[in-house]
Parts: sequence; structure tokens; C-alpha cells
Amino acid sequence: MNQLQNFTKGFIKENPILVLVLGCCPTLATTTSAINGLGMGIATVFVLVGSNTVISMLANLIPDKVRIPSFIIIIASFVTIVDLIMKAYVPDLYETLGIFIPLIVVNCIVLGRAEAFASKNNVLTSVIDGLGMGLGFTAALGILGAFREIVGSGSIFNYRFIQGDGILVFILAPGAFIALGYLIALVNRMKKQ
Amino acid sequence: MEYIIIIISAVFVNNIVLAQFLGICPFLGVSNKVNTAVGMSGAVTFVMVLATIVTYLIQTFILDKLGIGFMQTITFILIIASLVQMVEIILKKISQPLYQALGIFLPLITTNCAVLGVAILVIRKDYNLLEGVVYSAATAIGFGLALIILAGIREQFELAEIPKGMKGVPISLITAGILALAFMGFTGIVK
Repeated sequence: MNQLQNFTKGFIKENPILVLVLGCCPTLATTTSAINGLGMGIATVFVLVGSNTVISMLANLIPDKVRIPSFIIIIASFVTIVDLIMKAYVPDLYETLGIFIPLIVVNCIVLGRAEAFASKNNVLTSVIDGLGMGLGFTAALGILGAFREIVGSGSIFNYRFIQGDGILVFILAPGAFIALGYLIALVNRMKKQ
Repeated sequence: MEYIIIIISAVFVNNIVLAQFLGICPFLGVSNKVNTAVGMSGAVTFVMVLATIVTYLIQTFILDKLGIGFMQTITFILIIASLVQMVEIILKKISQPLYQALGIFLPLITTNCAVLGVAILVIRKDYNLLEGVVYSAATAIGFGLALIILAGIREQFELAEIPKGMKGVPISLITAGILALAFMGFTGIVK
């Protein structure tokens, strides 16, 4: 597999949310608007690339039996870094995303890539894998966030294009489940053809 | 009265799965059959309450005392991971039937974001220890309630004709959405 394929597989063929259905919690919770979704995605990209880099470098040094706890500590360190950076520079976004920033540590995608990919490949390949997977995740969050924002509050990237309210339910909890359900169904349908 | 409000709020109004989006993976993963859903809820309740007590004590007596609150994420995830391991070993020793009922779910709980989420929320909401325990137990019951309802509905899907692309995850998500809509009816019971 060449590097380009390695990079692009996260977007469609192995998209973490739409195809593998990993990391649903932040997907549902943070996509109330396009900006929130993208912010969450970028935070995850940072953690994914960082942890993939370090884990691929240390993979030969870590004994097999304590592999998972070691991975979790490495991931948790990067999550703490993101947490502190966001608190300092984007306090509004940090406030909105709230508890989901520390919860990146239990996002299945991050540990999944560490275990399935970074521990078996060299640094460069792992970085590209992390970047591709992370951007695929971000893209899915952005699409879902944009859809919910357009339908739910009649605006996009905080730019309003209708008067009054949208279909409010899409901003609230039920809309998240229903929108993601239909999005995955759409991807399933396209895959079949 | 205060505790009753916490319980109603955590079970119905701010249901952990349907309103706060925590623990979606097991919610979708083990909701095929009612039996497994009951087992999973039991295991989650047990670990969640235990984890809340331990993390609360560590936060108050170690992290806050030493002023190293930024270590919260790393500490909590390690505590939960080792706690789950410990519970598994102890259960295996002392109660074989309980181990067989809950055992297979325990490793899954380490990466259940609801457990870490509740531990962090208890600290962020400034609960005391007793309120924290009540809150975590009620949250776990809310998780179990949502899980078992969804499992009950999904068992009926075997008899229904579902379009091919909708099978599996999409239809479960849409069902969960309708459930969440129903749970929104509880909004306003608690201020």
C-alpha cells in the first residue's frame, strides 16, 4: 500500500464514523454546529497524530503484556496537552465541548489505531495514518455538524440565512441520533452500488 | 429531597445515553438481546459506583492537596483501568456465578466513556461523596434503562422488514433518536 492510499483510506473506505462506527459519543454530542464539530475533530487529529508518532517509536521497547496500559498513558498525556492548550487559547470552544475534551482518551479510534496500526508500522506511515484517519473523522463531524446547523438553526458557520427558528429538534439530542442514523444508512446504500 | 432530585434528574431528565451521549458504544454494541443488556447494565452499575468513590477520594486527598489537578485525565483513566482488572480478579475468586454473568462485559467497560465521564462530572458538579455515589448509581440505572428498552425494541426487528442499507447500526440510531424524543418529555420535571 503506498502512502497516498494510506492517507486517503480514512476518508471513505475506512472512515472511522461512517463505516467503522467508532467514536460515536463525541460525534453525537459535539455536532450541534459545524464549528463545534470541526473543533472536536481537530483536537482528535492532534491526539491521534501525536500518540501514533510516539507509539510507533516506542513499540519495540514496550513489553507486550503492558502494551495497552502504556498506550493509554501516552494517549492521556496528549489529551492533557490538548485540554490545556484549548483552555488557554479557545476558551469559548473549550466551554462548549466541555467534558468531551478529556473523553478523547476513551475514544475508540485513538486506541484502535495505536493497537492496530502504530504498534506495527514505522513512524512516517503511522503519522500519515493518524492524519488520514483524523481528517476523515473531522470531515464526518463537519458534515454532520453543518447538516444539523443548517436544518436546526437555519445558519451555517454562524451565518444566518433564514428568519426565525429552524427545526429545533435537530439541534437537540434526538436530532443527533436520527441525523447520524440516516447518514450511515446513506453511506451503506452508496457502498452497495 | 435533594437526593430524590439528583436521582430523577440522572435517570430521566438528563439520561446519560439519550441526553448526554455518553456510553454510546456499548449502547449500540450489546443491545441485541435483553439478557446481555441486563448483564451489561449490572456490570456498569458496579464499576461506575466503585470508580466514582475511588476517583473522588483521589481527587480530594491527592490531586487537590498537591495542586496537580491537570493530572486528572491520566490519573482517572489509570484508576478505572486497574479497578476493572481488580474487580475481574476478585469476582473470579469469590463468586463464580456473578463472574460468569458479568465477566465478559468487564474488559469492555474500561473504554466505556460513561464511567470516566461520570467520574469527571462528579468533580465538575462539586458534589460531596454521598451525592456523588447517589448520582453515579442513578446514572448507571438510567444507562441500564435506556439499554434494556432499546434491546427490547431491537428484538422485535427480527420480525420486521427493514431496508438493506438501514439494517444494523442506522436503524438502531434512529430508534434511539425516537427514544430520546420520548425522554425529552421529562424535561421540566426538575428545574
